[in-house]
Amino acid sequence: MNTKSLYQEVILDHNRNPRNYGSLDNSNRSAEGHNPLCGDHLNIKINLSESLIINAITFQGESCAICKASASMMTANVKGKTQADAETMIREFREMTVGKLEPDDNHHLGRLTIFVGVRDLPTRVKCAILPWHTLQAALNSVATISTEADDDPMHVSIGNA
Amino acid sequence: MTPVESSLRSSGTSMINVEQIRADFPILKLKIDDKQLIYFDNAASSQMPKAVMDRMIRYQTMEHANINRAVHYLSETATAEYEKSRHKLKNFINANEDQEVIFTSGTTDAINLVAHGYGRKFISSGDEIILTVLEHHSNIVPWQMLAEENGAKIRVVPINDAGELLIDEYKKLFNKHTKLVGVTHVSNALGTINPIKQMIEFAHAHGVPVLVDGAQAAPHMKIDMQELDCDFYTFSGHKLCGPTGIGILYGKATQLKRMKPFKGGGDMIASVTFEKTTYNTIPYKFEAGTPPIAAAIGFGAAIDYLSSVGLSTIETYEQNLINYATEQINNIPGIRIIGSAAEKVAVLSFSVDGVHPHDIGTLLNQDGIAVRTGHHCAQPVMQHFKVPATTRASFSFYNSMAEIDALIAGIQKVQKVFL
Repeated sequence: MNTKSLYQEVILDHNRNPRNYGSLDNSNRSAEGHNPLCGDHLNIKINLSESLIINAITFQGESCAICKASASMMTANVKGKTQADAETMIREFREMTVGKLEPDDNHHLGRLTIFVGVRDLPTRVKCAILPWHTLQAALNSVATISTEADDDPMHVSIGNA
Repeated sequence: MTPVESSLRSSGTSMINVEQIRADFPILKLKIDDKQLIYFDNAASSQMPKAVMDRMIRYQTMEHANINRAVHYLSETATAEYEKSRHKLKNFINANEDQEVIFTSGTTDAINLVAHGYGRKFISSGDEIILTVLEHHSNIVPWQMLAEENGAKIRVVPINDAGELLIDEYKKLFNKHTKLVGVTHVSNALGTINPIKQMIEFAHAHGVPVLVDGAQAAPHMKIDMQELDCDFYTFSGHKLCGPTGIGILYGKATQLKRMKPFKGGGDMIASVTFEKTTYNTIPYKFEAGTPPIAAAIGFGAAIDYLSSVGLSTIETYEQNLINYATEQINNIPGIRIIGSAAEKVAVLSFSVDGVHPHDIGTLLNQDGIAVRTGHHCAQPVMQHFKVPATTRASFSFYNSMAEIDALIAGIQKVQKVFL
């Protein structure tokens, strides 16, 4: 898969018209994700029910097209799912972008496999994965995450890939 | 006759015959996914002519041993060639003596050497160091580390919206606590050429020494230590068509002699007992351990190559490139050039409305065009212009006008994708 397939219409469309973009009044979980290498940042707000279902989710921030499209498609895909299901998708998305999971394998990512192309662009993996780690942080009530911090799970995961 | 000599003779003028120059650089023939490589990341690292590669291979094949100690043929040859390279660098920058040229691993290493060897000895609590907004992180962080350790203060020269230093503000920063000025000759992020001669004169009038980061200047213009009169000047080999892992620190002999050594080890000593160690004379006092000998000799060959093309010829040609690129890019709507100093080298930093620099970089790469996107290790510059990152195309004398046309077409293509 080459980089041409990364900038396909689905991704460009989600970049132009991001879904679930904005703030969320009744949120009870939120986190700020930051990539200090390029200055990208995004904020994710969630309304998580007592039975741990994601009732509502929004994101806001400044980022490249890959990051914004990833956030847009992620929010559309995890809305209405349980925390456990969302965490499975976070794990699968991470594994796919670092080459540990193939689009043909069994997974729950659906059309999100469109991001598989980032694995050929190591400098862009962090762009695609930042929303997912921010989601993870929000679900676990961690206020901020950075792609470059020592304790960042993504950092460790890429390092071990 | 080297390829450069032949290209100069055949053209019969001091103008660059770019096709003949390009033939000296094997990597420029490379294709990236069937697209001809267009290399515009020269401010990060330049490419290497075959003559430099050949020189390093010859060294490893016929001249290599450790320098300075052994009496055998190879060690003496390696030592002589290493010192010859130092002499070439001395001539290149018009220093007074060879001993004023210290081999370092690069510019960062050289600045750390001064922060440690000069800063720790002569700068203390309450003293002030003047830096500028245009500094690369490598001329900020070593001084912050020093300040954290000894309580010194850092004062910063601001810039205007063209990316030029405010010299009146610079002058106001001086007081009796000022102990050092650290200034970049040329901004890596914007290309601005700073008026360092004037700044050095002013600092010296206040008895303050000046360190100049020349990493982005030395590849593009003739530099002269006698004319500048700075106390320290540094640059890296890999930005001057040489190998990585080698650079120099020029220091006035009077300054270097009174400084503390940086790294301890072999070669930097005159004698060692467990009671007392006597340090070697300069430059060896600052060259502990076995240096990258092949890289130092390759650096010398790169200096030979650049000198044969001629720095003033390079400067004229690159000015033509940046003028043309600026003119062309200004014709595209939705582009903002970041850094429009009256005096600048061939660096074009810009943003495209509605498109993130990372996406620009990735898409240009699909056309074989290598640019740099990000903050360019100059976050204070980005903060001034209120952008997280820019796209930077930095040109060299082996780039052609046709390549600039391809860049312009590439940017327009990116705009279409994001329309």
